[in-house]
Amino acid sequence: MRAGGLLGLKTFRHGVHPPEAKDETRDLPIRRFPFAPLLVVPLVQHLGRPSLPVVREGEEVLRGQPIARPDGFVSVAMHAPATGVVRRIALTPSISGRMVPGVYLEPRPGSTQEVMDGTPCPPDASPEEIVTAIQEAGVVGLGGAAFPTHVKLAIPEDRRCDTLLLNGAECEPYLTTDHRVMLEQRDDVFTGIRYLLRVTGAERAIVAVEANKRDAAEHLEKGLPADLPVSVEVLRVKYPQGAEKMLISALLGREVPSGGLPLDAGALCVNVATAAEIGRLLPHGRGIQERVITVTGPAVRDRGNYRIPIGTPLRFLLDHVGTADDVGRVFLGGPMMGAAAPSLDVPITKGTSGVVAFTDAEAERTHRHVYPCIRCGYCVDACPMFLNPQQLGQLAAGQEYGAMADEHHLMDCFECGSCSFVCPSHIPLVQRFRVAKAAVRKAAAKAPA
Amino acid sequence: MSHAPTGTLEIRTSPHVLSGYSVDTIMFNVVLALLPASAFAVWAFGWTALLTLATAVAACLATERVAGRLSGGGSTLADGSAAIAGLLYGLTLPPGLPLWMVAVGGVFGLGVGKALFGGLGMNPFNPALVGRAFVQAAFPVPMTTWVPAFAPERFAALPPSTLTPPFTAPVYDAVTGATPLALWKFERVTVSASDAAMGFIAGSTGETCAVLILLGGAYLVARNMMSWRIPVAIFASVALLSGALHALGPDVCPPPLFMLFSGGLALGAVFMATDMVSSPMTGRACVAYGVVIGVLTVVIRVWGGLPEGVMYAILFGNALTPHLDRWLQPRVYGTRAEAGS
Repeated sequence: MRAGGLLGLKTFRHGVHPPEAKDETRDLPIRRFPFAPLLVVPLVQHLGRPSLPVVREGEEVLRGQPIARPDGFVSVAMHAPATGVVRRIALTPSISGRMVPGVYLEPRPGSTQEVMDGTPCPPDASPEEIVTAIQEAGVVGLGGAAFPTHVKLAIPEDRRCDTLLLNGAECEPYLTTDHRVMLEQRDDVFTGIRYLLRVTGAERAIVAVEANKRDAAEHLEKGLPADLPVSVEVLRVKYPQGAEKMLISALLGREVPSGGLPLDAGALCVNVATAAEIGRLLPHGRGIQERVITVTGPAVRDRGNYRIPIGTPLRFLLDHVGTADDVGRVFLGGPMMGAAAPSLDVPITKGTSGVVAFTDAEAERTHRHVYPCIRCGYCVDACPMFLNPQQLGQLAAGQEYGAMADEHHLMDCFECGSCSFVCPSHIPLVQRFRVAKAAVRKAAAKAPA
Repeated sequence: MSHAPTGTLEIRTSPHVLSGYSVDTIMFNVVLALLPASAFAVWAFGWTALLTLATAVAACLATERVAGRLSGGGSTLADGSAAIAGLLYGLTLPPGLPLWMVAVGGVFGLGVGKALFGGLGMNPFNPALVGRAFVQAAFPVPMTTWVPAFAPERFAALPPSTLTPPFTAPVYDAVTGATPLALWKFERVTVSASDAAMGFIAGSTGETCAVLILLGGAYLVARNMMSWRIPVAIFASVALLSGALHALGPDVCPPPLFMLFSGGLALGAVFMATDMVSSPMTGRACVAYGVVIGVLTVVIRVWGGLPEGVMYAILFGNALTPHLDRWLQPRVYGTRAEAGS
């Protein structure tokens, strides 16, 4: 069943409407960003195995030169974000708070924005060649999940993808990177789709855009290549429309079975910015060494959309854009799912879609008194997975994690945060579920096979 | 000159924004939505109604505070839930009820109906109705003796029963009215539905003006602070069932419009049955709950010994709530049998 919506726009059922907060950056063109004096490039910027460094300490590298190779299939290559010297190969801070292996790179003073080219991969290459080229280009999902893109493109023999969904919903508040990419890199987007259609063998591609980005949807529609089976679909503005499962139910009226992948519903979702990067990089054999990031929030002075070198530390980034005196919280990604930065030494990675800084006053708005649950049912009406967060929350309070997973579909929660957002008692529901999911995974790993 | 921040950074888990809705804002808005009906009650019944409401609220607030102190917690008055329970409880009482009885019911409703179960969020039954059920059982005669609405001297003097000293039986004026439901039950007389809707009838303090009650409910639904499914299901099931019974014969059941606008149905359906704590959460459970309450109301009114049945119907619905929530869970995304088709 396809879920209709107001004004006839397609959407999914349930979900929430956080304030969009996109007006301040939506019309600002993408600007380049200078190199920090020291770039910190973690070798774990994606889900999967860490990349293996292929450079030595003290080695001179060119911008765009591979500095690490994939370790196995579920891993990607890494490229030098600037021309300079590898100072150290050591542990680097990461957003999770843990130290991870990485490369410290000192850009050469006055180093240019020129990029080293590799072996080009033309759009008519074989699907296997394209999959490898995407892995070698270090492409991961740029929407935030940072899952290696080539892994989902390698479709098993017994599966079929009939529809490729390009996710330009950008449902997280504050973020306007996908919006700008669709407006400014239309050709890259379509070139990327050309590669992706060839790899997946999909019959058609749909670019999904929320109705608050109609200008981007119209811009794409005007430039649709005649030889590509691509269409643009405007969706109702609602969070979390950009989640894969919500896109699939809104656009195709299908459901991804519990525990399954989009492929089980015959679809594949790729972020529109990821497609643009594929379209931008593969023809030149380049790799990802920078990405578009929305730097915004009440505590940021020069808000905007920037193309920022991977490895730029937050301290340099915030120093460059200027901040208010009382920065209370900095988080990477959008406010609904983004992680708060544990320190300003954390670098930008491929999965960073936004850097949002709150003042103390903004941060304090989330310091709300926690009341007992009043069974209002807001969370039940918000959950896009149709879980019962109230019941899960009660079970989590009693640490009944097994019951949560076995009887109440805990593992179907993808942590969108809608339940916490609406809870008038300010119960940290989604955080309880994260803890519970981690406990369930740990128990499953321990259990004898 | 730009500079990176130097102060401490706070690490908190997402989401980093909240809807802004809070328990106390919801409770405040419920009070706001009850104000028109409360004001009408004072206008219709005079000072005795104001004293009834004030006593009910004061009794509930005092009980909440004492219970909070006994349980070692801080004051929970600020969340507004005790004030709502008190106001709702007061609105269900007959005007002219001796104030000491009002206070006893308030203490019982809040103390036994809520605090004993663990306070806010823990009560299986609506505390206001627990209080009312208690006074109904304890003081059946005063609870069914009705001061007429719009008595000319309502702002000049209190009915003699109001200030009855504690633990003594009240004395009533010769002039007492009867509610439309009692008139029908015992004399098979029906008043006009429009008089009932507008509140020109005898009845409990706050139940008489259905129009203002519905107005308050519409406000809460518009603010997404009330489940519209519950009152709609109650009204629809009452209308359908009483319509069918009325078709069998006017002596079996009064006409549906009369049933909808008389007694405590509007107040109960809009403000009592929708109490978040004691009503179901899932959409389908809310509908089922509403139907149960609607059907039971008609059954009690038509075949029961009492003229009015809304209170017991809702308390029964409250008892069913955990079961309805369990039976009528939403279907989790991706668990359809033919998923993917």
